[in-house]
Amino acid sequence: MSTTALPGSGPATHGVLNNMWYQARRYPLGVAGGIIMFVFVLAALFASVVAPLDPFSTNARASLAPPGGRYLMGADMMGRDVLSRLIHGARVSLAVAIGATVIGSGVGAAVGLACGYIGGWFDLLVQRVTEVMQALPLLVMALVITASLGPSLQNTIIAIAIPLIPTVSRVIRSNVLSLREMPYVEAAKATGMSEWRIAVIHVLPNTLAPLIVLATAQLGSTILTEASLAFLGLGVPEPYPSWGRMLSESAAEYVRTAPWLVIFPGVAISLVVFGSNLLGDALRDALDPRQRD
Amino acid sequence: MTPVLEVSGLSTVFHTRRGLVRAVQDVSFTVNAGETLAIVGESGCGKTITALSMMRLIPMPPGEITAGTVKLDGTDLLKLDEPTMRKMRGSKIAMIFQEPMTALNPLMTIGRQIAEMVMLHDGAPRRVAKDRAVEMLHHVRIPEPERRAREYPHQMSGGMRQRAMIAMALACKPKVLVADEPTTALDVTIQAQILDLIGDLQREFGTAVVLITHDLGVVAETAQRVVVMYAGRKVEEASVGELFANPLHPYPRGLLGSIPRVGSARGLDVSPDERLREISGMVPALNDLPDGCAFAPRCPQSDDRCRVAVPPFERKKPDHFAACWQA
Repeated sequence: MSTTALPGSGPATHGVLNNMWYQARRYPLGVAGGIIMFVFVLAALFASVVAPLDPFSTNARASLAPPGGRYLMGADMMGRDVLSRLIHGARVSLAVAIGATVIGSGVGAAVGLACGYIGGWFDLLVQRVTEVMQALPLLVMALVITASLGPSLQNTIIAIAIPLIPTVSRVIRSNVLSLREMPYVEAAKATGMSEWRIAVIHVLPNTLAPLIVLATAQLGSTILTEASLAFLGLGVPEPYPSWGRMLSESAAEYVRTAPWLVIFPGVAISLVVFGSNLLGDALRDALDPRQRD
Repeated sequence: MTPVLEVSGLSTVFHTRRGLVRAVQDVSFTVNAGETLAIVGESGCGKTITALSMMRLIPMPPGEITAGTVKLDGTDLLKLDEPTMRKMRGSKIAMIFQEPMTALNPLMTIGRQIAEMVMLHDGAPRRVAKDRAVEMLHHVRIPEPERRAREYPHQMSGGMRQRAMIAMALACKPKVLVADEPTTALDVTIQAQILDLIGDLQREFGTAVVLITHDLGVVAETAQRVVVMYAGRKVEEASVGELFANPLHPYPRGLLGSIPRVGSARGLDVSPDERLREISGMVPALNDLPDGCAFAPRCPQSDDRCRVAVPPFERKKPDHFAACWQA
């Protein structure tokens, strides 16, 4: 660190903006991750403004046009602009990735917290259900759920979120089991705090670090699960583009003849996963006061 | 003076796979306002379980308080329902713990942790509670309390954290403070400061203190009355002066004999080659207590009667009680 003031007069004493600037200087990689995510989210929000061409209009003469000229990232078999489809696809992919991760991690964390904290027969029961869920592969379970709910964006998010719950709840549960034996939990009881309040203000914040790491790690796999669902006709329906489907549709057929159909969606997915991991890591460190000074 | 805290016949057991563990058996004592009662004994003799039983913080199951009353200002804490008991904890009877390093939430500022407690019991709005937290930190003589209130536990030393714990415990001006080995984890110089602080605050607020310790030096410095526990039972009770001058039970006598005295090395009142005495043997397992006196196997004076019948806890002298056949 360059010129920090008195020892101990950490970031907490500065204003919010100062604090953000301070954190940003400490975690340049986190800032990079944040910028990547920010750009993608902006692209998704303003897709119709940002996209250079209509993502749905086909053009037989431009079929499989290579990158360059009018089609910056080339065109697909039906002559649709890959860049525009990527930008519009960001809506679906990010909605699915963020939606499923947030719902899955949120519910998983709540279940894990309840299991670890309540324990007893409740924990026993939930753990057995969790084991049954974990016995099924993520994709198979998502398939069963979408098949029964019907294909739509909402249902895709739900279908991908549910299989995330067991993994997250197990990690949080094991963490809570050790945290609830911490002296500060007992001390909080001795101050007359209710069990529920202790769980929320003392135990939950202390499980945040593994939760963030887990959630950012899951983000990438949710995009790919969405792709597989879409490929099997159970994801977000055609003609609406999603990165996963753009990748999976063209991967086998065009990887040699028109590699841009595979490369660009692949790069987009990798960038989101990379960006969210960088951001998640920095967030985890920045939220831990022990790492701050 | 009427006692603030009256514990009588308190018995706590744990149901374990290896059988019934009688952690506390028939323990009684009273503490007056502004007075300090010390509970002393080796590790595993039931001191902490006595304290946790009073606070009703024994995990149940496997624990169970099988008998006794804990009267705080006439109210039996053991008969209250859980929500009412929760209101008593912290506001009427507070506790400080041995580990100042881990007894504070690492992710919350000191000020906020104290404020949470004030908000909980006094229903004060956040701003008022925060001011109160700063005021309490000032009370426990933490320099620059405004700044310290915004710090996290890891930014403080052990002694500072224990001060913060004391500030939190006393924030709602409880009638009784239970201090479970409050200085054991601290440096000797800090120990004295913390004990002085507890004493000063006790005089200021009129708090009754139950001090749990294995350190007889701490007892001599701070307590007025002493209860000695062994294997879950009370074996002796007296005023500090009386206990140190004439210990009746061989266990506290052994404890006192195991402390080095200034002068003993120079042979002022004892022979120069006197060695420090120890109590041989170990505390018996609480799920497998011997018949008769629990101390008998380690006692130099034990006879047949000691090994057969449990000695009654009775008055041996005015204001001096012990449970020993030989005394």
